[in-house]
Amino acid sequence: MLALLMRREISIAWGRGGGPLLAVAFLIAAASLVPLSLGPAPGPLSAAAIGVTWVALVLATLLSLDRLFQHDLEDGCLDLLALGAPPLEAVCAVKCVASWLVNGAPLAVAAPAAAIALGAAPSSAIQIAVAALTGGIAFAFVGGAGAAIALVSRRGGVLMAVIVLPLLIPPVIFGGALMATGSAGASQALALLLAYALASVALAPFAMAAACRNALG
Amino acid sequence: MITALEVNDLAVARGGRRLFEKLAFRLDAGRMLAIAGPNGSGKTSLLRAIAGLLRPAAGTIVFEGAEDSGHARRTACHLLGHQEGLKGSRTAAEELAFQARWCGASPAAAELAASRLGLSRLMGLEVHRLSAGQKRRLALARLIAAKRPLWLLDEPLAPLDIAGRDLAAELMSEHLAGGGLILAATHDLLPLPADRLEL
Repeated sequence: MLALLMRREISIAWGRGGGPLLAVAFLIAAASLVPLSLGPAPGPLSAAAIGVTWVALVLATLLSLDRLFQHDLEDGCLDLLALGAPPLEAVCAVKCVASWLVNGAPLAVAAPAAAIALGAAPSSAIQIAVAALTGGIAFAFVGGAGAAIALVSRRGGVLMAVIVLPLLIPPVIFGGALMATGSAGASQALALLLAYALASVALAPFAMAAACRNALG
Repeated sequence: MITALEVNDLAVARGGRRLFEKLAFRLDAGRMLAIAGPNGSGKTSLLRAIAGLLRPAAGTIVFEGAEDSGHARRTACHLLGHQEGLKGSRTAAEELAFQARWCGASPAAAELAASRLGLSRLMGLEVHRLSAGQKRRLALARLIAAKRPLWLLDEPLAPLDIAGRDLAAELMSEHLAGGGLILAATHDLLPLPADRLEL
């Protein structure tokens, strides 16, 4: 049953407004603005490359999650999903995983390219991709919780950003460390990032389901 | 299988205002109850409270004959609201197949239901290309594809043409004959005998 929902969510996400291309385009556009403000000198650019890419990736992920539940609430799908056999917590988790697959994976491919274009060392490409993939799980689940909580607000997108951004401070720090450090510190940063991602997978579905029930009522 | 729905001393509030209180009725298997009342009187909220989507401010809702668990209640009813829960970018066939399977039916049952509702030639179209009446027929197809005893219908006839209304009446009649229960909030006169509840 949940696999059925997963296929449907992926199909809808691919068909909606350019699908993952929108998030990737946002990442590239945001990264492209940096040389315009810092100037073309390679020193400052390469120093900022990883940090800028990581923050752009966070914002691109949030952009794709903005209306994760809003469409379903408006068109009556959330009613249908809530009256199915699987619990709403599982439904919410599947929607986040689908979002991660559709948006997180392409962003994880685009992020190293953006960072290297800004001056990061090409040898860091794999570390950046791993950080983006692992951090993407946390972004998807924490962002999903924010999107669900924002359902009751008319200014959902802004509210979601206000709710979610403070919660993303730990993965931003761990991910930044993972991408920037050498192999010695990388395993610690990866462990912390993974721990945060797993905690968000374990806890966020309950918050999302509670928020969706509140919006449905 | 639900043998009766019993509502006692029910109160529902929205935005801090009580829409109704001390509402009580009993609906036995094979019977239909038409809920009438002016706009904003709480017809839709009553249906959503019975479906378990809205927490009542007071009172009890008992599904006699069904296990008293969240899962049993979720899977005992179909709610047909103002919105059909369809995604415009997907085809009618994909959406009906998903909805039917999500509610526990097989893809074959979905195809049969589409044929019964006269939708077979439209199933390849994207949902956003369907008219409001065709979308309502697609939603009705979900009700007959996946068997659930309690139908909660919110203005079920509103977007349908005369043929569609006749067909909907036929489906409701068959559901009642099979021991089902129907609660319908409507401003229209229902084409079947029904008990009446005024909010």
